[in-house]
Amino acid sequence: MTAPVYNFAYLDEQTKRMIRRAILKAIAIPGYQVPFASREMPMPYGWGTGGVQVTASILGPDDVLKVIDQGSDDTTNAVSIRKFFSKTASVRTTTATNEATVIQTRHRIPETPLTEHQVLVYQVPIPEPLRFLEPRETETRRMHALSEYGLMHVKLYEDIARHGHIATTYAYPVKVAERYVMDPSPIPKFDNPKLSDCPALQLFGAGREKRIYAIPPYTKVVSLDFEDHPFEPYRHDAQCELCGATDSYLDEVITDDAGNRMFVCSDTDYCDKRRAAMDGGQQATATMGHGP
Amino acid sequence: MTGIDENPLLTVEELTKWYGRRLGCRDVSFDLYEGEVMAVVGESGSGKSTLLQLLSGQMEPSGGRIFYRLRDGSTADVWQMSEPMRRFLFRTDWGYVHQDAQLGLRMGISAGGNVGERLMAVGWRNYAAIRESALDWLNRVEIDEARIDDTPRSYSGGMRQRLQIARNLVTAPRLIFMDEPTGGLDVSVQARLLDLLRRLVADLNIAAIVVTHDLAVARLLSNRIMVMKAGEVIETGLTDQVLDDPCEPYTQLLVSSILPA
Repeated sequence: MTAPVYNFAYLDEQTKRMIRRAILKAIAIPGYQVPFASREMPMPYGWGTGGVQVTASILGPDDVLKVIDQGSDDTTNAVSIRKFFSKTASVRTTTATNEATVIQTRHRIPETPLTEHQVLVYQVPIPEPLRFLEPRETETRRMHALSEYGLMHVKLYEDIARHGHIATTYAYPVKVAERYVMDPSPIPKFDNPKLSDCPALQLFGAGREKRIYAIPPYTKVVSLDFEDHPFEPYRHDAQCELCGATDSYLDEVITDDAGNRMFVCSDTDYCDKRRAAMDGGQQATATMGHGP
Repeated sequence: MTGIDENPLLTVEELTKWYGRRLGCRDVSFDLYEGEVMAVVGESGSGKSTLLQLLSGQMEPSGGRIFYRLRDGSTADVWQMSEPMRRFLFRTDWGYVHQDAQLGLRMGISAGGNVGERLMAVGWRNYAAIRESALDWLNRVEIDEARIDDTPRSYSGGMRQRLQIARNLVTAPRLIFMDEPTGGLDVSVQARLLDLLRRLVADLNIAAIVVTHDLAVARLLSNRIMVMKAGEVIETGLTDQVLDDPCEPYTQLLVSSILPA
């Protein structure tokens, strides 16, 4: 496609420089939310405007882009963002985690371990972990500045008081490099351990809220908990019905109106690879694909 | 604590606050000792609440100084210390009871969470211990243990006020500020709350500054009294002395305007 009307990766160079400066600052202060002048993007808020701006700023012509939404490569959000960048930046896109250099994600971390040559870009709806506990932005900023994080534990306390265990299952708060408390975006807490000591650079972009934050490679990330109620990742007690995986994060899919359901990997690339590896795809009996 | 320290806990020197050209309060000086309860009385607009906000480090004074004796025995100027230090002091060694319990509580969070917040803020990370402490404090302020997981929204006004007190006292503060603690409560509830406050303050040897326009509250709770008018302190002394034998005409007016029971 020629498409000379767009600058490379849609955003103009000055905007990209501004966002890169914010990214550098975010990397320098792990977990700190850096304000940036978020632009209008040709998609609605909530569809990944923050992630798209971060991706646009770091993308080079040689990069290979993968986009996932809830682990899946073939949902509307993932498909349209992939198309957006193949049109505006003419970059190669892929669904294979190990081939990608930039992976934009909504709500999941891929099962395949990431490497030092990859960047993971998260789409973030609400970057402020304290938001629902303390509505004043001036106050939450001060609390971050002074590391007054007692309130975060009040939320976990409330969980235990109400449910008998920490019932927060996604967007589970973490402490980055022993300093800033951070919202890891709505990933399931199953993925929280993968945040820590990750060889890949992790960038978080919130478009509506105009914030960028980052976890540099090999940074310690700890999920908050109580001594007598330690953090535990959650996984359905089942195996993937398509590939038989017992270690991946599972989606529960309702298959009819008679109460039947099945568990399948939420990471489609991981599931497909495993099935391809198994006796030449003989398992591919499933008439249904992935996702709803 | 070993013995009673002879030095004052809080020393206030010529504290002044101007709101632009309008006066908040002027040249207020006093000492407060450990375990002492001082009442600040005066009509509305006399600068009582301004004074309380200045003292508790929530508003910066235009002039004057406040010294506070820390737990290690050293004395620090409240407005010279760093902001984290002042905020730490505010949520550990001090307490602040608002007239409106909604301001002092987190209405969407259970009673246990409200009481436990200060503990978690100073690093408690054991759920069972926090809960045990919360239960203990609910008992002390006469709230049924079964209500620990209810939010203050479901509490009556009197219960909210008692919960607010528990929330403040859980870190064993040495100084507590109270802004009309019984305002807006009906008379029987007022009496119980005052009784409870008097007992807690005496048991725990807490120093307190109570702002009130109700002379009966002042008489019941405080050892000393400070009468304010138009931003200035016009009379100070022992509570009984001042109330039984007021010198200033304004104080005489205040005392004589109490309706006979």
